[in-house]
Amino acid sequence: MTGEIMAVIATFLVTLLLAYPLGRYVARVYAGQKTITDFMAPLERLLYRISGIDPLQPMNWKQFLKAMLTINMLWLVYAMLMLIVQGKLPLNPDGNPGQTPDLAFNTAISFLVNCNLQHYSGETGLTYLTQLLVITFLQFVSAATGLAALIAVFNGLKHRTTQNLGNFWMLFVRSVTRILLPLCIIGAVLLAVNGTPSGFEGKDTITTLQGDTVQVSRGPAAGMIAIKHLGTNGGGWFGTNSAHPFENPNYFTGMLELVMQVLIPVAMIFALGFYINRRRLALIIFTVMTVGMLCLVIPNMLAETSGSPAIAQLGIQQPTGAMEGKEVRFGPAASAYWSVVTTIISTGSVNSMHDSSMPVAGLTQLLGMMINAFYGGCGVGLLNYLIYMIIAVFISGLMVGRTPELLGHKVEAREVKIAALVTLLSAFLVKAFTALAAYMVAHHPDMAWAVKPGNWLNNPSYHGFSEMLYEYTSANANNGSGFEGLGDNNPFWNITTGFVLILARFLPIIGPVAIVGLLANKKFIPESPGTLRVDSWTFGMVTFAVIIIINALSFFPALALGPLAEYFSMIK
Amino acid sequence: MKKNLLISLRLTIVLIILLGLAYPLLIAAVGKLTPGGGNGEKVVANGRVVGYKQIGQSFTGDRYFQGRPSAVNYNAAGSGGSNKGPSNPDYLQQVKDRIDSFLIHNPAVQRSEIPAELVTASGSGLDPDISPAGAYIQVKRVAAARQLPETSVRQLVEKHIMKPMAGLAPETINVLQLNIALDQLK
Repeated sequence: MTGEIMAVIATFLVTLLLAYPLGRYVARVYAGQKTITDFMAPLERLLYRISGIDPLQPMNWKQFLKAMLTINMLWLVYAMLMLIVQGKLPLNPDGNPGQTPDLAFNTAISFLVNCNLQHYSGETGLTYLTQLLVITFLQFVSAATGLAALIAVFNGLKHRTTQNLGNFWMLFVRSVTRILLPLCIIGAVLLAVNGTPSGFEGKDTITTLQGDTVQVSRGPAAGMIAIKHLGTNGGGWFGTNSAHPFENPNYFTGMLELVMQVLIPVAMIFALGFYINRRRLALIIFTVMTVGMLCLVIPNMLAETSGSPAIAQLGIQQPTGAMEGKEVRFGPAASAYWSVVTTIISTGSVNSMHDSSMPVAGLTQLLGMMINAFYGGCGVGLLNYLIYMIIAVFISGLMVGRTPELLGHKVEAREVKIAALVTLLSAFLVKAFTALAAYMVAHHPDMAWAVKPGNWLNNPSYHGFSEMLYEYTSANANNGSGFEGLGDNNPFWNITTGFVLILARFLPIIGPVAIVGLLANKKFIPESPGTLRVDSWTFGMVTFAVIIIINALSFFPALALGPLAEYFSMIK
Repeated sequence: MKKNLLISLRLTIVLIILLGLAYPLLIAAVGKLTPGGGNGEKVVANGRVVGYKQIGQSFTGDRYFQGRPSAVNYNAAGSGGSNKGPSNPDYLQQVKDRIDSFLIHNPAVQRSEIPAELVTASGSGLDPDISPAGAYIQVKRVAAARQLPETSVRQLVEKHIMKPMAGLAPETINVLQLNIALDQLK
């Protein structure tokens, strides 16, 4: 067990060792300085020429958002059409059918918004063509969208007064060619070498050693699994995601996938320090986020490694910890770390079934997604943190009786209103929809729908409630993991989570970009002794407190009905 | 608006070709050089393919070492865990039944010796491994069913223990490969 915990610590340290230089590199890439990937420049020029892009054209925040939203809208339509007609298209060796319109709606949105909630299983719900041309493609471009939006915010914070947040097309293309694609090629090759399939052969039929006939699903999965982690997407090739032995063959690939999903979110924090030249601020943000992560990892790991009290009562030894829904090759320690990392970072890939996690572990997974800013998703994690910072600046300003300021710009009513709306939105979406679903289960269990509400849940009582709460929390956090016992492939869940997904993606991107766009337009106020310094440890602690208070106020009652109630019912 | 749409359309088409086609084909080309040629590493015993190294399979008789319970019965056409919550009474009953059945087939074993992984379903339903403790506890049954000396079966188990990452990662035993070696044991 000590060995396993050391392996987890080593995994985290390797991530930091790689993330720091990557952050420096990322800052140079977006600043247009010389880097080792300059050999990509001809490819970028080709992309600009074919698409008719002028990469030097400045954009204000409204132009930036228009460009971003236009191309995202186009991807949504494209993805939905492809998923519906996939059954009739080539590269479908297993003969899988097209998706129903409500499932295609959910899947297309889910991958567009970097969430990857999957209401289908990859083995039967997609074809090789859509896995690559729709899913893998969207995993790249949704991550690149998040990165481009974050750099726009960096640009607004960097300059004293500016209209120009940077050219969306240029930032987006560079995110793909200089960051995501090169890292993915390295990751995918390592996965392929370790046994993840990358070839195009369809399902195989074999006779096992004891004589059963079974089938084995395969496909060109390695490339997709690399971007699923590096882009913090999380949607798996196979139904059980990275618990599947092809998707995650051994402990080394488990570490690799863990490093890949944390790498860019952490690198972007360091990149902030280098890019806007405020390394102290970056260090403080990194520390706050890491402390937050540890507050979730430690209880989760303790709960999982000490095993299930209910299983212990049956007289069974759990030397390795709780094993339901876990794989022997990873063990509970690495699975516990993964389950926290994947929920704080909005990846949503899993290497164990979260539905079978201990109540305390489930609680930390839910909290990770509710906060959604401890490292957070590709680009968007820092945007969420910025919203918390605006609120912290506002509260601190009220406490000392001065107009609040952020990095030399007055934060006024308009900006605070946007930040408050974004914060309240997530609590509203999660709780309102969970309440609706719980109402249907409790009062209309026999409703004549595709799947009766009475049959949605895989577990009774508190845990059943957690399944519904988790689904909307995951959709709202654009996370994509699930308590997968929930019967979610039916119109009710496909459509309601589809709406949550799209609102919870674009408003938290539009909000920070708009705030910074507005701030950067204002007159720059030089620092004075009375200035509230956001790059101080005191302010870091205030931000941490704001994060805890907002989320406790928003979500404690819901958590009390789910994992907390289950915990207390189990310890009796 | 119109200009944005035109740029979007063209950029999307080129990126679909680059990211959806060229990139996976490049990885497939690298995969060709790996064991299994990128289509999964197969295991051969007595001249026939009996499975994939990484995909677990079902062993039901007393003559073989058994893997973990599976929610999809080890049919790798799909994959899946039980998704049962830890306090679910039906689930706990199921675990209890598994324990009882294990004790009937392994009469020499004490209840408290059974490692949890043998009575709980894996995440993928295709877990190819068990822990060394999970194998040792089955040695007596397997040896009796095959009329082999216990010591030689135990030695076989020892030989199949994998200690990845310099011993920091959990120790595993690939059940399929252990059973193939068992068939060859005289």
